Amino acid sequence: MEWAEDAFVLVARRLGEADAVASVLTRGHGRCAGLVRGGAGRRQGPVLQPGNRIAARWRARLDDQLGTLVVELVRGHAARLMGDPDRLAALVSAVAVLEAALPEREPHPRAFDGLDALLQRLEGDAAWGAAYVRWEVDLLAELGFGLDLSRCAVTGAEEGLVWVSPRTGRAVSEAAGAPYAGRLLRLPAFVLADGPAAPADLADGLRLSGHFLEGHVFAATGRGGAPAARGRLVDRIARLATMGGGDRPPAPPDIRES
Amino acid sequence: MAGGPEIERLVLLLAKLPGLGPRSARRVALFLLKRRAQVLEPLAAAMADAAAKVRPCSRCGNLDTVDPCQLCRDDRRDGAILCVVADVADLWAMERSGAFLGRYHVLGGVLSALDGVRPDDLAIGRLVDRVGAEGISEVVLALNATVDGQTTAHYVAERLEPTGVRVSRLAHGVPVGGELDYLDEGTLAAALKARR
Repeated sequence: MEWAEDAFVLVARRLGEADAVASVLTRGHGRCAGLVRGGAGRRQGPVLQPGNRIAARWRARLDDQLGTLVVELVRGHAARLMGDPDRLAALVSAVAVLEAALPEREPHPRAFDGLDALLQRLEGDAAWGAAYVRWEVDLLAELGFGLDLSRCAVTGAEEGLVWVSPRTGRAVSEAAGAPYAGRLLRLPAFVLADGPAAPADLADGLRLSGHFLEGHVFAATGRGGAPAARGRLVDRIARLATMGGGDRPPAPPDIRES
Repeated sequence: MAGGPEIERLVLLLAKLPGLGPRSARRVALFLLKRRAQVLEPLAAAMADAAAKVRPCSRCGNLDTVDPCQLCRDDRRDGAILCVVADVADLWAMERSGAFLGRYHVLGGVLSALDGVRPDDLAIGRLVDRVGAEGISEVVLALNATVDGQTTAHYVAERLEPTGVRVSRLAHGVPVGGELDYLDEGTLAAALKARR
């Protein structure tokens, strides 16, 4: 068994002194693991940083074996985002969510394309926070738990959608949802239309996607809820909300080079 | 095993050392047993001595036979500059360079979602206390240029923000003897960003 295609590194666990077992996301083969000889070494270690795009060649004698991965760096997303704590937190969260949510060896081309687009936006787009939330909403759809945000579940109206039912995942208009406001999830406008978002809206968006990821995806994996890395991103966004930050262009490193 | 339970136990313990498997552990055991006076007995004594005397420094986390450690006691070192490292091995690496003459703080690891290492598992609270109590003017973050290392660096920098201390970090870039053609693009981009 053998395949070769581009992949994104999700995680790499050290194995022994020099090797690593890497979990990568490919377009055609989904999330796959493989032994990388020398993966913990000086040459391969930087290549196997989470989020990096690599050229991967997987090989095994039988299909159900772990197999070996030979990797080569295509684009070092991790190194480009290391200087910005917020974008780095989004990168780490995205790969941790994928590692926890995707079944092994099941192709999810939209998940691959979505991560590709998200990483490009993390590198330079001012509206990276909104892009991240929309990516989580798209991931839900890819996994079969898409939200129905096209019209109000009560009135059928296509305008003024500001709530989502936590039970059905269907949008609710402002007027129809007003009596149940305390029980509904807020639907920030940027989820429906591309654009930057205020920090409070980002927090609402993460609460929205997080509710359905927790309930439908992470609960089913039996690995104890959302990854800690996503929690750290949520905390950072909440912190930005109190500081009045939010989507903004890449900041110069907040700590000086010595 | 032919040699008895003592040798078997020795091999089992040696096989736990980094880089040694059962086969190489047997070779090391045989090597030691053949050189009892020259290697085995001095090694056993040195290990017993280290096990009895070496302790982590209560101030910085370094390993030494005295507490506070000799680096913390050294008056010639600049007590106003603190270098934060993830592990004692990193502290030793910094010391080998001979370029840093301040004091150290060992975190005991880096934040890692995969390995379940949370901020409370690291000596970050103690670092914040030290900065306040010891009149530190600059903290140098000497953490690995990995996603986990830099996530930890950002977290530590944020925790230190309220203290007002100057926070700097090691530069990332071209290693001495490195050829540009063989460097990954991320390192080159970081080196360009930190040019002077």
